[in-house]
Amino acid sequence: MRLQARDIRLYLGRAEILHGVDLTAHAGRLTAIIGPNGSGKTTLLRALTGEIAPASGNVVMNGRDIAGMRPGELAPIRAVLPQQSVLSFPFTVAEIVRIGLTSSHVQDDGHALIRAALSRVGLPDHAGRLYQELSGGEQQRVQLARALVQIWHPVGSDGPRWLLLDEPVSSLDIAQQLTVMRLAAEYARQGGGVVAIMHDLNLTAMFADHVLLMQEGRAVAEGSPVDVLTDHRLSGAYGCCLQINHTPSDGVWLLPQGAGL
Amino acid sequence: MVALDASGERLAGDRRHLGRSLAFWLFALLAAVAMLSLGHGASGVSAPQVLLDWFTGHEIARTDRVVLFDIRLPRLLTGMLVGAGLAVSGAVMQGLFRNPLADPGLLGVSAGASLGAIAAIVLGGLLPPAILAAAGWHLVPLAAFAGSWLAMAVLYGIATQQGKTSVATMLLAGIAIAAMIAAVSGLIIYRADDQQLRDLTFWSLGSLAGASWVKLLAAGPVIAAALVVSPLLARGLNGLALGEAAAAHVGIRVQRVKTAAILITAAATGASVAISGGIGFVGIVVPHLLRLLTGPDHRWLLVNSGLLGASVLLVADMVSRTIIAPAELPIGIITAMIGGPFFLWVLLSNRRMLDG
Ligand SMILES: Nc1ncnc2c1ncn2[C@@H]1O[C@H](COP(=O)(O)OP(=O)(O)OP(=O)(O)O)[C@@H](O)[C@H]1O
Ligand SMILES: [Mg+2]
Repeated sequence: MRLQARDIRLYLGRAEILHGVDLTAHAGRLTAIIGPNGSGKTTLLRALTGEIAPASGNVVMNGRDIAGMRPGELAPIRAVLPQQSVLSFPFTVAEIVRIGLTSSHVQDDGHALIRAALSRVGLPDHAGRLYQELSGGEQQRVQLARALVQIWHPVGSDGPRWLLLDEPVSSLDIAQQLTVMRLAAEYARQGGGVVAIMHDLNLTAMFADHVLLMQEGRAVAEGSPVDVLTDHRLSGAYGCCLQINHTPSDGVWLLPQGAGL
Repeated sequence: MVALDASGERLAGDRRHLGRSLAFWLFALLAAVAMLSLGHGASGVSAPQVLLDWFTGHEIARTDRVVLFDIRLPRLLTGMLVGAGLAVSGAVMQGLFRNPLADPGLLGVSAGASLGAIAAIVLGGLLPPAILAAAGWHLVPLAAFAGSWLAMAVLYGIATQQGKTSVATMLLAGIAIAAMIAAVSGLIIYRADDQQLRDLTFWSLGSLAGASWVKLLAAGPVIAAALVVSPLLARGLNGLALGEAAAAHVGIRVQRVKTAAILITAAATGASVAISGGIGFVGIVVPHLLRLLTGPDHRWLLVNSGLLGASVLLVADMVSRTIIAPAELPIGIITAMIGGPFFLWVLLSNRRMLDG
C-alpha cells in the first residue's frame, strides 16, 4: 500500500509554490522529505493531508484519491503533526491528547490509550499538566501523542495507517530526537506508513528508508538515503558545501564544510 | 502496538468527571432557584402552598392561580430560557472565535436586534394600521428578531468566500457593521419623541417584566431548539481550539461546525434579545467562571453554561424585583452592575490565562 502524490501543482495566493511534485511513500517505510527553508516541504505535506487541494495532480492514499474523502473518513487512516501548533484555552495535556480520539470509536473513556501514548513520547507523568505551561519540546511531544492516539494501530483491517510529521524533532533535545525517531521507525516497521519532514540530515541518514529532496517547489531527487544524500546533490540544493563521511558500519555522517572541524 | 494498561485508575488531567458532577449540582441549584423565584413576588402568593393544593386537587383561589400560572410561571420560564440561551451562545462564540472574551455581540446580532427594536418603536406608527393592528405589541420583538438575523446574515455573507468562513474577517467586519448599525439607529432615534425615547431606553436595559405565555410560545421554542442542539458542537469546538487545520485533521467538518455555531448563536441570542431586551454579561461571565472551575472542555461546558446561565438570570430577576419594590429595576442594570465588577475581578486574578 502506498501514499502517492502525482504531479502536484499548487498555488498559495497567486504564487505557484509546487511545480509538479511526485512522491511515492510505501507503508512499512519511513519516508523523509528534506530540503532548504521555503522549498515547499510543508506545502507538500499539507497537500498530502488533504488540507489544501492542488490545482492539478492528485494524492492517492491506500488506493483512494483523497480529494473525494471527508475529514471523518481520512481521520481514522492518517494523523498529522503540524510544524507549529496553536492552542486557545487552558486545556490539560490529557485533554489535548483526547482530541486525537475525536473520530475514533473507542468505547471507554480512552484513558488507557492516552496514558500509553504519553508514555511512548516520554511524558508519562504529564497528563495532568496544563499544556500552555509546558516547554516547547514537551508541547511538541504532546502533539505527537495526540497524533498517535488517532491511529494507534499501524495497520487496520482496511490497510496501513499514515503518520505525517512536519519536523517532529525540531525542538527536541538529542535524547528525545532519538526517542521520537525510533518511535516513527518502529511504527513503520510494524507496517504503518511514516512521512516526516526533516532538517537534520544525520538523523535522516540514520532512520529514513526513502528520501525526497526538495528545492524551490520541485522534487530534485527521490530514492534511498545513499542515493539522495550525496555531496553533490545536497550542496546543490542547500547552496553550501557539505562533506559526507562514511562510518565503518556503512552509514553516512554529514558535516558542514568550513565549520572549523 | 504496546499492550494497553487497562488499570481503572483515573487519568490525571481528565476533568470530565468534574464537569459531570458540576452539572448535577447546577441542576439542583437551578431547581432551587426556580422554586424560590416562583414563590417570590409582590403579591405574597405562596407558591409551594398553591402547587400543593393544585396537585392534591384542592380549590385554588382565582387570583392565586393568575399570579402563579399567568404571571410568575411564564416569567420564570422566560428567564430560564433567556439566561441559558445567552450563556450557551457566549460559550459557543468563545469556542468559535477561540477567545474567552468573544460574545454574541460580535455577530452583529445584538446590534441588529436593537436596530429592529428601535425602528419598531419609533417608526412603527408609520406602518399601515392593518399591519400594526395585526402585529400588536409583538411588533418590537418581531422586528428585533428580524434585525438580528439580517445583521448576522450580512456578516456571514461578507466573511464567507468559496464556502469558507473566515472567523477573523467576521470579527473585524462585525465591528464595522455594528458601527454602521449604530449610525442608522442614531438617525432613527434623532426623530423619536420623548415617550419613544423612554420606551427605547427601557428596552435597551432589558427586562423580563413583559413576559407572557404568548411571547414565550413564540420565542421559547427557538431558544430551546438552539439549546438542545448545542452540545453536538462540543467535539468540534474542542478541535477548533487547536486551530482549523488540526481540527480538520482529527476528522472535524470545520465549515459545518462554524455554520452551526453561528446559526445556534443567532437563534438563541436573537430570540432572547427580542423578548427581553439587552441583557449583558451573562454570555461572558458564566462560561468564563465554568472554565475556571472545570476547564475549557466543551463536553460539559455547554450544558453547564445553560444551567448556570438560567440560575444567574433568575437570581438577577429576583433582585430586580426586590431592590426597589414595589417598582422594578430593569434586569440589564443588575447583570451589568454585578457582572461588570465580578468580571474585572476574574480577569485580574487570571491574567496569566488570558495572556497565555
Ligand atoms: N500562505 C502562504 N501564502 C503564500 N505563500 C506561502 C504561504 N505559505 C508558504 N508560502 C511560501 O511557499 C514556499 C514554501 O513554503 P513551505 O512552508 O512549504 O516551506 P518549507 O519547505 O516547509 O520550509 P521550512 O523548512 O522553513 O519549514 C515559501 O516560499 C513560502 O514563502
Ligand atoms: Mg515547513
